[in-house]
Amino acid sequence: MAESPPVRALPRLLIWLNARLPLTETVEYHATRYYAPKNFNFWYYFGILATVVLGIQLLTGIWLTMSYVPSGDGAFASVEYIMRDVEYGDIIRYVHSTGASAFFVVVYLHMFRGLAYGSYRAPRELLWLIGMGIYLVLMAEGFFGYLLPWGNMSFWGAQVIVSLVGAIPFVGPDLMEWVRGDYLMSEITLNRFFALHVVALPLALVGLVFLHIVALHHVGSNNPDGIEIKTNKDNNGIPKDGIPFHPYYTVHDFQATVAFLFVFCAVVFFAPEMFGYFLEKPNFERADPLKTPELIAPVWYFTPFYSMLRASTFPLFGLTAKFWGLVVMGAAILIPMMLPWLDRSPVKSMRYKGWISKVMLALFVLSFFVLGYLGTIHATPLTTAIAQIGTIIYFAYFLLMPWYTRVEKTKPPPERVT
Amino acid sequence: MSRDDANASGPPESRPRRYFLIAATSATAAVGAFGAAVPFVKAWVPSAKARAAGAPVTIDVSRLKAGEMLGPIPAWRGQPVFVVGRSASDVRQLEREQDQADLADPDSENLERQPAYARNPWRSRKPEIGVYLGICTHLGCSPKYHGEIKPEPFDPDWQGGFYCPCHGSRFDLAGRVVKGVPAPDNLDVPPHSFLSDTEIIVGVDENTA
Repeated sequence: MAESPPVRALPRLLIWLNARLPLTETVEYHATRYYAPKNFNFWYYFGILATVVLGIQLLTGIWLTMSYVPSGDGAFASVEYIMRDVEYGDIIRYVHSTGASAFFVVVYLHMFRGLAYGSYRAPRELLWLIGMGIYLVLMAEGFFGYLLPWGNMSFWGAQVIVSLVGAIPFVGPDLMEWVRGDYLMSEITLNRFFALHVVALPLALVGLVFLHIVALHHVGSNNPDGIEIKTNKDNNGIPKDGIPFHPYYTVHDFQATVAFLFVFCAVVFFAPEMFGYFLEKPNFERADPLKTPELIAPVWYFTPFYSMLRASTFPLFGLTAKFWGLVVMGAAILIPMMLPWLDRSPVKSMRYKGWISKVMLALFVLSFFVLGYLGTIHATPLTTAIAQIGTIIYFAYFLLMPWYTRVEKTKPPPERVT
Repeated sequence: MSRDDANASGPPESRPRRYFLIAATSATAAVGAFGAAVPFVKAWVPSAKARAAGAPVTIDVSRLKAGEMLGPIPAWRGQPVFVVGRSASDVRQLEREQDQADLADPDSENLERQPAYARNPWRSRKPEIGVYLGICTHLGCSPKYHGEIKPEPFDPDWQGGFYCPCHGSRFDLAGRVVKGVPAPDNLDVPPHSFLSDTEIIVGVDENTA
């Protein structure tokens, strides 16, 4: 009996699969026939890098869970156990802790790209909102995860942030108790944060990333010129300025991933604590409910918002400064969601916007860095004043946008990508 | 087929009936969902174990001297408690501050912050011994005790009290908050009473022994 050659086997299996699962269809829709603009630059690497870091965090996170003990007596000791006794445990833990910071680095750069090229503008408003949802879940992941080592900064950092809830008028104190499940931070709080960090939020994160990619591939990618490549199609209905995502951008992104992993591994191997910025020094001491560290500072990725919280020092309209701190911090985190409706410019990309937009974006980035730095040091009257100015600039970038994007003179964008 | 088409199919006279059924089903489901959420929400409140751990704690104050502090002691629902000893001059200072304008709430007018028996210039049962919850009313850090009258980096005119390193809130020796710092309220006075001259029980308002 003559056997069919092996090359025939694959198509036959594929035909069988395709009749039962939209396999080829999906690969074509999302990769081989997804036409991305051909003028992507450096800033377009960070989306794929964020996905890579997500993969790293899921993998190392699952492995850490195998040795971690989420209890008041066991948590700190189990982290030490991972660091000293588990084979390669220190590497796995450092990859996870460095991954948390790397996640925020690439996500902040990814978001900056969106600001610079107007990627939040129609028809990508929902894409932007889903992205903001990812950012919020990521912040929650970072916050809940930081409690788990049960170091002294874990404990008091979480205590400070949970106490913010207490600033809400009327229901605050009860709500605070509800979140903690105790009268102070305790093992009970640790256990629920663990559940959220390892089960609930990763599920939400993966779901939102899936939606983000589906929404992106539905509306199509923006590009540095901020023009729609779908308006110029050839006879086959393919955008003239588009190239298939696979193989062109997969190969392209693969190189970027390798370059990224070089830097990432260098940090993991040589500076995993990043001089106290990634892993803070008081966290090498076990949580002590009776002793607050001299300086409470969150990890670097939260410090801009923490600065704004501390910059709210005066009561207003009969409400306490503490409450306004919560409002300012919350508003600062959420206000980028309004961007699609704040930007009234006739053009999307910073390349064709006027000078006011460019100056405002530069000031915004500067204020973010300055606030971020101030959040890592002790507050003095001078730094508080600088933080207050920084907060005003941060909000001005958003709140004045409807005005300055309309009055400034813009350059006409090109017909085709450059 | 859009939803409107779906609703428009069938005899038009049955439409109100269909809308009523949809509304009634949705309302019933909403009530069910609300009920089903109760266990999940209630599972987050302090458990019986956490409540039991908040039992009253006895503190021996026989060795407490004026100008010193006992604690922080995890005495009130596991939270740090400060027991401060005050000299006669400290007490006079607290009474003087009563009339000065730099305290946010010198007369302890926020009644949630202390039991009625601690609503006095020294905010305690006995002027020479103060019992305070060592949790800053700003964002819950534990303030540090700086009992001496001497210039401090955070206040050149320091009259003794508590300083919170997290966000710079300052309190006097009776836990009263200074104006213009982030903390909105005076330190809490936990319920407490004297079992004898040398023993305090934290968590019980009246000495029933």
